[in-house]
Amino acid sequence: MTLDQLTPGNSCTITGLSAANILGQRLLDMGIFPGLTLRVIRNAPLEDPMQVEIEGYSISLRHEEARFVEVEADGNR
Amino acid sequence: MGTDKIIVALAGQPNCGKSTVFNALTGARQHVANYPGVTVEKMTGWYRYGDVRVTVVDLPGTYSLTSYSPEERVTRDFILHQAPSVVVNTMDASNLKRCLYLTFQLMEMEIPVILNLNMMDVAQNRGMTIDTTALSRSLGVPVVPTAITRGKGKTDLQAAILEIAGQGLSSVPARVDYREMTPYISSVQERVTALTDLGDRYPVRWLAIKLMEGDEAVRELIREKTDQYAQLLLEVDKFRQQFKAAMDTVPDMHVATCRYRAAEGIARPCVTQSERARKTLSDRIDALVCHKLAGPVFMVGVLWTLYYLSIVQGYQITNYTWPLLAGFRNLVSDILPVSGFIDVPLTRAFFLWLVDSVNALLNYIPIFFILFACIAFLEDSGYMPRMAFIMDRLFSRYGLHGQSTLPMVLGGIYVGGCAVPGVMSCKGIPDERSRLATILIIPMLNCLAKVPLYVLLINIYFAPHKGWAMFFISTISMLMVLPVSKLLTLTVLKDKETAPFVMEMPPYHLPTVRGVLGRALERVWLFIRKITTIVVALAVVIFVLLQFPGIGPDRMAQYETRKHAAVRSFYEEITGTGYEADLADNRLMAMIHFWENFRNKKMRVKSPEAAQAIDTEFEADNARFFSLVKPGRDREAKQVNRALKTLIRERSQLLQEMRAERINNSFLGYAGKALVPLTQWAGFNWRVNVALLGAFAAKESAVATLGALYEQGDASESLESRMARGEQDFTPLHALALMMFMVLYPPCLATAIAVKLQSGSVKWMLFAMGYPMLLGLVVASLIFTGGSLLGLSGLQAMAAFYLLALAITIAAGFITPARSGAT
Repeated sequence: MTLDQLTPGNSCTITGLSAANILGQRLLDMGIFPGLTLRVIRNAPLEDPMQVEIEGYSISLRHEEARFVEVEADGNR
Repeated sequence: MGTDKIIVALAGQPNCGKSTVFNALTGARQHVANYPGVTVEKMTGWYRYGDVRVTVVDLPGTYSLTSYSPEERVTRDFILHQAPSVVVNTMDASNLKRCLYLTFQLMEMEIPVILNLNMMDVAQNRGMTIDTTALSRSLGVPVVPTAITRGKGKTDLQAAILEIAGQGLSSVPARVDYREMTPYISSVQERVTALTDLGDRYPVRWLAIKLMEGDEAVRELIREKTDQYAQLLLEVDKFRQQFKAAMDTVPDMHVATCRYRAAEGIARPCVTQSERARKTLSDRIDALVCHKLAGPVFMVGVLWTLYYLSIVQGYQITNYTWPLLAGFRNLVSDILPVSGFIDVPLTRAFFLWLVDSVNALLNYIPIFFILFACIAFLEDSGYMPRMAFIMDRLFSRYGLHGQSTLPMVLGGIYVGGCAVPGVMSCKGIPDERSRLATILIIPMLNCLAKVPLYVLLINIYFAPHKGWAMFFISTISMLMVLPVSKLLTLTVLKDKETAPFVMEMPPYHLPTVRGVLGRALERVWLFIRKITTIVVALAVVIFVLLQFPGIGPDRMAQYETRKHAAVRSFYEEITGTGYEADLADNRLMAMIHFWENFRNKKMRVKSPEAAQAIDTEFEADNARFFSLVKPGRDREAKQVNRALKTLIRERSQLLQEMRAERINNSFLGYAGKALVPLTQWAGFNWRVNVALLGAFAAKESAVATLGALYEQGDASESLESRMARGEQDFTPLHALALMMFMVLYPPCLATAIAVKLQSGSVKWMLFAMGYPMLLGLVVASLIFTGGSLLGLSGLQAMAAFYLLALAITIAAGFITPARSGAT
């Protein structure tokens, strides 16, 4: 599944990125690497974008961008 | 040692406290400029350490060194071409792993790097212990821990800079192991050396890695600097294909992953994390600030405070600073040649105009200062990304960005902003397309200067429905701005670079007074430096347009005749009064100036003591004149006083008529008339055209120009009634069209300059001035001609137009833009 399908409170393990070029590079630069664990903290008041936590820091991205992050859900924590 | 001039570059990821380090190192010895061709700010400063002068360049914060954003390109180009003696890589110690990702890219560029682990105090508070010795050993570069906000480590850093700049690195820096790609990199490296001589000027391994990554800027460099580029790039593409096929992964992703693994490998053994409560203060603040309901409420509060402090309170302060500027104007006015009975010397008119134009802008400075300080505070606190987070969904539908919120609030989302600070605050929007869209639409919001015209027209033509009309005008600008932004995004801005929204939401920080005020001062200073040159140039042009060709000789002769008649009848009035000798020949003009000065001074004082002081002053200056200004019981003096009053009234009448006629006969006046065939569909006559053209200098002047054009008859009559009388056939429909044109009015001079600064090009400034005029004319024509054809009343047309705008805005929100986010 992809990151945009996750709802707040859920964690997942990143399995891959399907975006190349600028978006892919940007995701990597922000530390979104395959193998890392990521937790969805919340969605914005208007549902988009979403705020996620990875390695102790917080990142916000649009759902449309999260679509390119492939994940495996870890279930609720 | 020959190191009497050292250049140090400061690099680092955003939010790592880099600017605090820069401030601590250089103190007040700073200078802001822009990198050529881009709107990225270049901060330079210097300090003296021992007897060595060290220049520090604060490079923009970047997460990485690809060539996707202007910040990254600027950083890379600086390191590559300016060859600084040392690069200080400042990083957030509590975020070591991600920061090392950048460090490796810097080290690959083969310049001496010093690792500056900043915010050590924050890391410690989070229960982190970092073994800096081990870190330095495994990286092969010096590591200097600092906690600059606590005043710790500055001297260590300066000592390390001096040492490395003088002697270079004593150890071999660590390299990223690119694993399966290593042979490919070696091959590319070998081909680069074989085919070109770039190795003499640039780090070859870095070039090879970048070529394998498919970096567009490096490919461009190769194309520019070598003859064999076609062959080389062809071979590189082949290597990339091979790698892709063999590894089943994109080369740039592989490179990034290897760097990340290397960073992880180095960071892990050096950091010990004691178990502590995982929920940080920032998380708890976020729970409130980004909350579904509380978040927007909090944001409105923040924006309201910001608006209140800068625009409302700032305007209050201008009440105190304006007299200073007015005093300067008076000073200039005193030096300039005095005006005659009806002839104002050109030099006088010109220099007063120039001073007025510059003053009008300098008047904004208190507002700017507060505003820039507030923005710096918000930036440093970490709230900006949260605001973008909350608003992005709404704005991104219209081609704007979450970070367009602040500029739009400042520009005047409801009523009474100012476009200049609005445009100036667009700097932080990372997406080039959204940033330009925001810059271009801000002038359409309701700035304070548009309000006088609205009030004037509403009072005359919508008096029974004032409330509705005010609501209409306050909210319609938003309904104009959003669809226009969408339109611009889909057309002229279509090919502009966009950036992914993905951004860090950094931990909250308490900003420092020094950081906030320092930045506010720098930005105000930058603004002043820029405006003085451009404003003077533009003011000269507009002066010429308003002043020439002017009143023809035969008309001038008529004014002369009227002047002589007035003066003659004055002398007839006062014959035999004993004051004749006092007022003979050029002494009459002296009397008039005396009279005017006295009135001017009297007008500005309120207390009786001050008024008495002025009386004494003028009496001491010229007792005879004074007895005419304040005749008391003297019958003769009273008689002359009356005659003088008449004469002075006639003079000001003549001056007003001449002023109106001069505008009428100016290039601008001709333009106003020439435009009538075009503007008649919008219901504008030539007077309105002239007023609108004159409003270019500053929108306030629209009302002033209308005032000058309608200034006939009794001066005590209000402009409302004069205008209503002068324009019998002017209907509410005309007024509505005019108001809508004002909403869409092109940016004023100051804003135009801000647009040029923020968009980085004159072309966009001209576009920003041109398209609103066209759009305004279309909208005004639609209202006037459409309304007339349908036989709508002003209020009906208002309602119809509002609904139309609302429908278009909603529809525009559903058009999906052609986003090229991925692949």
